[in-house]
Amino acid sequence: MEKKLVSSLREAIELSGLKSGMSVSFHHHLRNGDYTLNAVMAEIANLGIKDLTLNASSLFDTHAALEDHIRNHVVRKINTNYMSQGLGRRISEGLMDEPVDFRTHGGRPRDISLGITPIDVAFIAAPTADCAGNCSGKYGPSACGSLGYAFPDAMYAKKVIVITDNLVSYPMQGWSIPEIYVDYVVKVDAIGNPQGIVSGTTRITRDPVGLIMAETAVNVIRHSGLLKDGFSFQTGAGGASLAAASFLKDVMLKENIRGSFASGGITGYLVDMLNAGCFESLMDVQCFDLKAVESIRTNPRHQEISAMQYASPAAASAVVDKLDVVILGATEIDTDFNVNVHTDSNGCIMGGSGGHSDTAAGAKLSMIIAPLFRARLPIVTDHVSCVSTPGRDIDVLVTQRGVAVNPKNEELMLRLKDAGLPVVDIRQLKETAERITGVPAGIKRGERTVANVIYRDGTLIDTIKSI
Amino acid sequence: MIRSMLFLPGNTPNIIVNGEILGADAVILDLEDAVAPAEKDSARILVRNALKYMGFGACRVTVRINAIDTEFWQKDLDAIIPVKPDLIMPPKVSCAKDVQTVDAYITALEEKLGLEKNTVGLIPLIETALGIENAYAIASASPRVRAIFLGGEDLTADLHCKRTKEGNEINYARCRMVVAARAAGVEVYDTPFTDVNDDEGIYTDAQYAKSLGFTGKSAISPRHVKAINEVFSPSAKDIAYAYEVMEAIRIAKEQGKGAVALRGKMIDAPIVARAQQTIAMAEALGLGREA
Repeated sequence: MEKKLVSSLREAIELSGLKSGMSVSFHHHLRNGDYTLNAVMAEIANLGIKDLTLNASSLFDTHAALEDHIRNHVVRKINTNYMSQGLGRRISEGLMDEPVDFRTHGGRPRDISLGITPIDVAFIAAPTADCAGNCSGKYGPSACGSLGYAFPDAMYAKKVIVITDNLVSYPMQGWSIPEIYVDYVVKVDAIGNPQGIVSGTTRITRDPVGLIMAETAVNVIRHSGLLKDGFSFQTGAGGASLAAASFLKDVMLKENIRGSFASGGITGYLVDMLNAGCFESLMDVQCFDLKAVESIRTNPRHQEISAMQYASPAAASAVVDKLDVVILGATEIDTDFNVNVHTDSNGCIMGGSGGHSDTAAGAKLSMIIAPLFRARLPIVTDHVSCVSTPGRDIDVLVTQRGVAVNPKNEELMLRLKDAGLPVVDIRQLKETAERITGVPAGIKRGERTVANVIYRDGTLIDTIKSI
Repeated sequence: MIRSMLFLPGNTPNIIVNGEILGADAVILDLEDAVAPAEKDSARILVRNALKYMGFGACRVTVRINAIDTEFWQKDLDAIIPVKPDLIMPPKVSCAKDVQTVDAYITALEEKLGLEKNTVGLIPLIETALGIENAYAIASASPRVRAIFLGGEDLTADLHCKRTKEGNEINYARCRMVVAARAAGVEVYDTPFTDVNDDEGIYTDAQYAKSLGFTGKSAISPRHVKAINEVFSPSAKDIAYAYEVMEAIRIAKEQGKGAVALRGKMIDAPIVARAQQTIAMAEALGLGREA
């Protein structure tokens, strides 16, 4: 067998056979603390390789150096599921010749596994690995917890390079990704700063409006008929979502409800719910804070799952399809319940679906929590500037001034009305917001398509124009 | 029926815009202490426009203007009176004349603008030693006075003592305020509890204020509103007892009895008065017999 452990990134890249025009991939578990993508791309640029397709599960502002690689034609095309606003603005301004293809956390592994987006060389930042490439995110100084999004890259890329700053003797204990997929291993000084993995606010909001929404959200869940033994749940890392999780924990403990699982990006609040007995298990595709990292390392009931198991429509079955309730955010929602999480009020890219569309499609109750307005802008509009998740998959919008139920879910509407919750028509919420903020002028958009929004089943759901 | 009065800084549009949904029976839009001198004009415009264009639904609106020894208070009233708040709160009121000065200015404005007279009430903020001693005179200084309001922070500075969580240092002032207000036939509101992170302390403080006879209490944080509303609402037990008292009175009248006993205790006029107050409060709050 060929020796896998090589002395440098450069050597690994050369041995992988990477050439101009090929495709490289990265995962984002180190989030804004990731050093690996920048280091690899710098080495690739030094080697004079150009016209690459970059397939990254998410991109953050720490990856700002990509701008130069795009200008220098090292990167020609980007496939991703999320892009934070720094790079997003540059893309929206027309930095790239080819549009970015946005997918979902389920759509990405689907398209990798089906060969729609083949990967020539996958670079896997691994907080611990052995010389054969068995690796894990649970251990080491850069521990980030789950490596869920890296699984499809490892399984389907033609060549796989594991990059670690914590090389342990073979065989490492408790690996996540096995050596069978790995071609080369490189030891570097640091793959990232795990402090940077912290997502969202990770603290319960103190904003009274956020707390009101969280309380209402939990009341919606209580009266949905879904909160009973076996309950399954997912929520994001925003302040109001975390407050909702915290309130939900109180309700579940008080009413002695034993849930089945919570999934997705895992925060310390979901760990608390697991430890308090609210759930049997956590299904973790990525850790949002270091408490979650500690938990996945030490608690067998906190389980790592791959992106395919999490959400791929091409998998035989997936976790999202077993969800009872998901709480999601929105930058805009329209009167048909279509949700935008890709662009800001100026039409500038500042996010992406991530698991939004996947969980909304799978969960029995998909709830959006959003304040009725942010600064001067109403959140409910006639038409969202970008459809990230189709309205057919959204059941209810919770705001500080009422709850709007999608008319398709008549049963939920009746249940919430009977429970005395402030159910209002979504058009009424829009009018309420506009009475306060006024009607914003439409955004003037450019002609060029700077991004395609590809739904989890592979269909083009929307395009994003230049600003 | 105002149990809770929530202070909102007059220069924070993102907070004011959500004022009506924070659970308080009334908001106090503050143009005084919460607003730096350089921002007085913008806060005044913001508060005026919020009242003019937005409204606060069922939530009653008080505007705290600047004190009459400043250059701002008349401009405050010029801007705010035309948009008809429920109450104006003049701060640092120390004597009846302070109230009458504000009253006269509002009356002149009402005449000038052709507004219905005396619709805007006053809730003088009493926060000096002299003001406490003159509390009855202040409470009865004008028919516009609907309530008086205790300001504990400035008062303790004037008393040369430290403000504590227990509040022993303002005990006399609290009692004096309640007696003065009731003697004048107006409502009386307690100073805010200032530790926004003490979720237990707000209950204790509000319960004590209620036990002294305060109508309600103010808050500087929305987090305290729920506790205040709970404490100043009649309990289910109180409501049930009040209805029992009134039923016993009705039966006694039918039977032509003079003296009425309920569970072995004589029901006299003050008990009936309290029962009537409780029922009136419960009805105003939409609390039924089973509440």
